[in-house]
Order: sequence, then C-alpha cells, then structure tokens
Amino acid sequence: MKAARDWSTRHAKGLHRLYEAFEWTLELLDPLLHKIGYQRLDKTFARLEGLIKGFLFDSQSCGQCTLGATGMACPMNCPKTLRNGPCGGVRQDGGCEIKPEMTCVWVKAWEGSQQMGQGDSGLQVIQLPVDTRLKGRSSWLGALKSRREKSA
Amino acid sequence: MNFADEPAAGENLPILPGHFSPGRFERVLRAGQFAVTAEIAPPDSADPNEVYARAEDFNGYVDAINATDGSGANCHMSSMGICALLTRMGYSMILQMSCRDRNRISMQGDVLGAAAMGVANILCLSGDGVQSGDHPEAKPVFDMDSISALSMVRHMRDNSAFLSGRSLSSPPRLFMGGASNPFAPPLDFRPQRLAKKIAAGAQFVQTQYCFDIERLKLFMAKTRDMGLHEKVFILPGVGPMASAKSADWIRKNVAGVHIPDSVIKRLAGAKDQKQEGVDLCIDLMQQIQEIEGVSGIHLMAYRQEHRIGEIVTKSKVLGTRVPWSPADSNRSST
Repeated sequence: MKAARDWSTRHAKGLHRLYEAFEWTLELLDPLLHKIGYQRLDKTFARLEGLIKGFLFDSQSCGQCTLGATGMACPMNCPKTLRNGPCGGVRQDGGCEIKPEMTCVWVKAWEGSQQMGQGDSGLQVIQLPVDTRLKGRSSWLGALKSRREKSA
Repeated sequence: MNFADEPAAGENLPILPGHFSPGRFERVLRAGQFAVTAEIAPPDSADPNEVYARAEDFNGYVDAINATDGSGANCHMSSMGICALLTRMGYSMILQMSCRDRNRISMQGDVLGAAAMGVANILCLSGDGVQSGDHPEAKPVFDMDSISALSMVRHMRDNSAFLSGRSLSSPPRLFMGGASNPFAPPLDFRPQRLAKKIAAGAQFVQTQYCFDIERLKLFMAKTRDMGLHEKVFILPGVGPMASAKSADWIRKNVAGVHIPDSVIKRLAGAKDQKQEGVDLCIDLMQQIQEIEGVSGIHLMAYRQEHRIGEIVTKSKVLGTRVPWSPADSNRSST
C-alpha cells in the first residue's frame, strides 16, 4: 500500500491529468447519472471509488476529496487528519510526529504538488472542516451534485 | 506601563479604531513596540492560588501570557480555567485552543465564553498528538485543524455568526494568532503555510523554540519577500535550557524542536549549565530582535518561569518600557 501511495505522489502530475479526464467524462455522463439518481448510485460509486483511491492513495474515503489540491496525497492519512498543511511536529528526517516510521503526509503532499507544477495554488486553498456525514460516500457524485446545485 | 484609558482590573480597554480586540497586547504591537509574551505552566491542581503565584513571575515583564491547552497532550488545569482566573486580575491573556480534544460545537462555545470573560487574544493550534502525552489511550478529536479553526473564529468575529450561520447577538472581539514552526520539514512549505494562516485570519504568530538563528533568518527572508511581515506580527519563540542533557532529551523527544549540535556543545562546555542556558536564551533574543520583520519574542521557560524577569531585563529587548503589572490597574481604579 505504501509503495502505491509513494508512487502516486511521485506521479502526481499524470494522475491528476488522468483524473481531470475522468472528471470530464463523468460530467458528460451527468445527465444520465442524474436521471438514475445520485442516491441510488452512491453505494456502487462509493465502492468503486474506495477501491481505486484506496489502492492508489490509501484514501480514507472521507467523501470530500482534496487529492487534486494536496499533491495527490490523502490528508486523512495524517494521524491528526490535518487538511490544511503539516503540523509543527514533523521530524527532521520528514517522519511523522506520531508514527515516526511514516513519512509525513504533508511532506509527500508538498513533493506531489511541486511535481504537479501548479505551484502552491492547491495547497493554499483553505479546506473547510470535514462534513462527517459524508464519510464513506462517493465524492465523485458529491462533486457532480454540488455543481448542479450551484448552477441551479 | 498603563494606558491613559486603563480600566480597573478585569475590565477591557476600549477598542481603538482599526483594532480588533479590547486588549493591551494588540495595542502594544500596533503601536510598533517590541513585545514579549510568555507561556504560563498550568498547575496540576484545583487551587487558584497556584495560578496567581505563577503569574506573579511575569508582572512587569510580559505583554501577554499564553495559557497552554494540554500541551504535549498532558493533563493540566485547562487554558479556559487559567484565563478565567487571570483575566479577573487584569492580566492580558492569550487563550490557546487546540483541536485535539474538542469538536466545533465545543470550540465555538469556548470562543464565546473566553471573550465574555475578557480574553482578548486567541491562539488556534492543531495540538500535539495524544500519543505523546500521559493519556495515549484517549480519543484524538481533530474535528478541525489550526487553519480551519482560525477561519471559524474569524467568521464568528467578523460575521457575528456560528459556522452554521446562526447569528450571534454580540461577536467575540479577538486578536487572532497562530503558531509556526520555521524549523520543521518541509522547510520550503513553512512560509507558504504562514501565508495560509494569515489568509485564514492570523494577525500574530508565535513560533516553536528557535535555537538555529540561521534557519530563522532564511525563513524571515522568505517571509519578507512574500510581504508577510507587513500582514502579521511575528514573535519567534525562545527559552532557557536547564542543561545540555535536558536539551538533548528535548530534541530527541519533543516533536518539532530542532536544536543544533553547537547549542548542546555550548551548554555542555559551561561550568554552570543552567546559567549558560539563560545566557544563551538572552543572546538569541538579542539576535532575533535585530532581524527585520520580527515584532517581539515569545518566551517558553518551562520550570524556569522565575527567571523570566532576569531574562527580559538582561536582554534589554524592551528598552526602557515596563509592561503592565497588576499594580497598574489598581492605581487607575482608585
């Protein structure tokens, strides 16, 4: 798992591109998905999303994905679940304060975001606190739904 | 020092135009004066006299006192309790609020309670992991993080509403701060993170212990390049080490504290290591004051609070200015 996760931040740029293409496809499909009903699809989508993201990023399926803004590193792997950057406890070798054997999620996120070449714009986005009701739900469908609500 | 409009002990100052809080800490900083803050060690006790006695060490030497919130994830008297006791005496308090032990419902309630008691400053922290403290089996909450907490407090203050949108009949008038650790990886990210804290509402920032002046200078250079020193008051943290042995223990066991070998060597080579620790702290304060963009010093003199007076006086960082002490309020209230 760790190997896949490290691979993912090293290839953050390509993965992000791939994800954007996927997002674009989802948007194309949106009228159909909406017709079937997001609610009805959620279980299937969440399972699929969990499998893919779980393998690639050790995603914790919080339902409000930030991967695109956090260098393709899942911030929910931080033992403090910090979503806005590293705490002050990062060890001099980049190890996590709480789990020294693990590289800090935000050290990875920083590397990933440098790799993505988007500068620091993603990391500068202030992430709101997690909506715990969305845990385990599909963030793909969630994004489509909130886009639809916004444009309505 | 007391202001012309100094109120009786326990009452707040009028809020000046362009200011956010009714506290003397913001006034000192906005007047362009070099400020000193210090951490008070919370007692493992329910006796208020222990708190009052500890605060006396700071009389006339510091502009604000940080009440720590279970630092190191160890149990002590709460920061709310300490602030309740000391605001009544007129002390300028900085309430430290960590995200480790409570969720957004509790935190917003505490923000209102603290402001109602006369707390004028708040420091939003993520908090140390429970694993590093004396109750490693406890549930870590972390409903928020330091940055979402800052933006929540700012929302309450500036929009007079809870996160839910429900409105407040009177908003908390708080001067808001955050922490920064210029000495921990990813080093290049640290100035960016400071920028993010400012965007979330931080008006002052206190740093982790500084023992590596060169690294602080690099951080400050980057900070100045980004123009951040004009948007936030920066108070680097310092403190006296009791001995070479304890400094070595701290760098191995306290997360995020970076102590170069040269510091351990200097302490180990001294005849009186405790005094050398104090002298080193004073040297660092003087060097830090010289750095452009620094607005003050934050003292963390754990178990050596009684030496704060000596440290501040000998460092001469305050010049001839003498910060507030309870006697100042008593004078003005008569």
